[in-house]
Amino acid sequence: MSVMAYLILASVLFTIGAVTVLVRRNSIVVFMGVELMLNAANLAFLAFSRMWGDFAGQLAAFFVMVVAAAEVVVGLAIIVALFRTRRTVSVDDENLLRH
Amino acid sequence: MIENLVLSSADAVPAVSTAAQWSWLVVAIPLASAGLLLVLGSVADKWGHLVGVAASAAAFVVGLWTFIDLLSRPVVERAQDVAVFDWISGPLDLDVGLRVDQLSLAFVLLVTFVGTLIHIYSVAYMAHDPDRRRFFAYLNLFVAAMLLLVMADSYVVLFIGWEGVGLASYLLIGFWNQREEYAVAAKKAFIANRVGDVGMLIAMMIMFSELGSLRMDEVLGAAESMSATTATLIGLALLLAACGKSAQFPLQSWLGDAMAGPTPVSALIHAATMVTAGVYLVVRSGPIFEQAPGARLAVLIVGAITLLYGAIVGCAKDDMKKALAASTMSQIGYMMLAAGLGPVGAVFAIMHLLTHGFFKAGLFLGAGSVMHAMADQVDMRRFGALDKVMKVTWLTFMMGWLAILGVPPFAGFFSKDKIIEQAFVAPAGQLWQGWVFGLVALLGAGITAFYMSRLFFLVFYGKARWTDGQHPHESPALMTVPMMILALGSVFLGLVLTMIKFDDYLAPALVEGHHGEPVVNAYVIMGTTLALVVVGAWIAWVKFGSAKANVPVLPPAADGLVRAARADLYQDTVNNALLVRPGQALVRVATQTDDQVVDGAVRGLAWLLQGVGALVARVQNGYARSYAATMLAGVILLVAIVLAGRM
Repeated sequence: MSVMAYLILASVLFTIGAVTVLVRRNSIVVFMGVELMLNAANLAFLAFSRMWGDFAGQLAAFFVMVVAAAEVVVGLAIIVALFRTRRTVSVDDENLLRH
Repeated sequence: MIENLVLSSADAVPAVSTAAQWSWLVVAIPLASAGLLLVLGSVADKWGHLVGVAASAAAFVVGLWTFIDLLSRPVVERAQDVAVFDWISGPLDLDVGLRVDQLSLAFVLLVTFVGTLIHIYSVAYMAHDPDRRRFFAYLNLFVAAMLLLVMADSYVVLFIGWEGVGLASYLLIGFWNQREEYAVAAKKAFIANRVGDVGMLIAMMIMFSELGSLRMDEVLGAAESMSATTATLIGLALLLAACGKSAQFPLQSWLGDAMAGPTPVSALIHAATMVTAGVYLVVRSGPIFEQAPGARLAVLIVGAITLLYGAIVGCAKDDMKKALAASTMSQIGYMMLAAGLGPVGAVFAIMHLLTHGFFKAGLFLGAGSVMHAMADQVDMRRFGALDKVMKVTWLTFMMGWLAILGVPPFAGFFSKDKIIEQAFVAPAGQLWQGWVFGLVALLGAGITAFYMSRLFFLVFYGKARWTDGQHPHESPALMTVPMMILALGSVFLGLVLTMIKFDDYLAPALVEGHHGEPVVNAYVIMGTTLALVVVGAWIAWVKFGSAKANVPVLPPAADGLVRAARADLYQDTVNNALLVRPGQALVRVATQTDDQVVDGAVRGLAWLLQGVGALVARVQNGYARSYAATMLAGVILLVAIVLAGRM
């Protein structure tokens, strides 16, 4: 399989993730969209790594995964905290920053 | 520190006597007292007036010391310039200095002596006023500024004093500024004076641009080499300044309203001293006027107009203080007329200024005493028959009355009669001048006799026309004693000044002049004057004083001239039509321009920015998803740009 197929898959995944982030209101789903975008990037890293026979891409993918894990911890904690105080997880309800 | 400067500069210039070196104290003591009383505030309420009186008296003592010292010097060395301190050095070199000479010391003695008497009088007059301390602070401020004015050795320092007396006058006219019309009167006086000050500033600017100096000795010394045009311009500008300060035509309108101030203020500032500053300025600047016959003629005309103007207004006023104010205006008109006659007349201008300072201050203090007795009433139609109840006031007032009438041997006779006589002196080839100004002065004397007698008779003779429940009583000794002293001055000062040859004393401080012969014999003039005075007084007696005279309590209907005189010859109407209303229209246009053009531009810009801001603010809606979309769009844009760059 050529690298191109992976890249197309990665773009499709990224687009799905981005649309999820932009369209969905549930913050947990938005979060999943973010993860999807990160993993699309990971896929692109790995495909290029394989193409060049260079491990640097895989290394980058590991970093992304570690950072994503950390981000999930913080992000979910924020969502839980928000839910506790406001009884909702809709991102559109959290527009206080405007003021 | 100041002493050191005095001493060091005294070493450089010809020796200045010890008394002259310390003459700055004359100004400094009242100034310090004024500052003290104002700074201490209510702490000094209990004893503030004593400090005020002491400061004024101390200034008199220092002035007297300087004067005695001056008399002990040979005539040619009497004028001394005392450097006090360097104010500005560099291309513009300004030293603050005092000129101690015959003229300035005559003023110093008048201001401090009459000033001290009025301070003493005020202690009793203002006894029930909660703001007495502030009153004395302002009085002291006035005395300090007036002394600085007359002792200044340069026009700049003179200007400081000039503005200082204007400020003090404003503060004191508006002393009871809780009454709105009093506050308005204060503002009116201030603004009319400001118009005059413009003249003073213009005069100083011309002097500086022509001569590069504002020191009096340099300016007046260079006056002879001035072109007639320059001298005339300076002279006219100085005359404008003098008109403002001395309430001369056409800037006379403020003096009547200035009577809103407490009566001691009217006596000190608006009769005896400040309003004569204009005369002082013209006399002091004599060498300039010598070079400018046109400006001198203007001084003569202003004086002549004002002396008749004041006299006519005085005839119709029922307000005792306003009648006296009109009389002051008229008497200063005499002084101006005399000052315009040149050095020969200037001597008598100053002499009349001194005698007038005494008798007019005395008359005003008498008026204050009457008001004190009549519960602050000023309408003379409500007085009458006060001679029995207020013997001291009546007698002292009578001395002042005889003095202003010019009855020999009272003070006014020696000064005013001389002015009338000098007014009849015509310059070579200008015979009409002698006749015109002489006859005006003569006529003025007759009218003066009428209105002053009217005032005197209305107040003290005739039937008692008091309002119900009034119990007039004599004033306390603190008030009557200063009145008695001033009455003594009204009786003897003219005689004394003539006996000690005041004109010879003063002459070295003035330009040399030559005596001319009046167009008519001097004795004829004197006789005519006295006859007119008697006639004027007799008419007043018949109409207002005698037992048969029936004085209505309300002003009766009268013909046009009396109505005009009651309304100050429509000076306010004229000023309103010529100056105030156009001025207000100008201000209205200016404010509208400011509001609509200048502010309009600013407001338009603000409106524009607000609109743009409102548009942009819509993007900041607080929804995280829309921010994310913006971010995504931005990233896509960036990538597209980068890719496009690659291709």
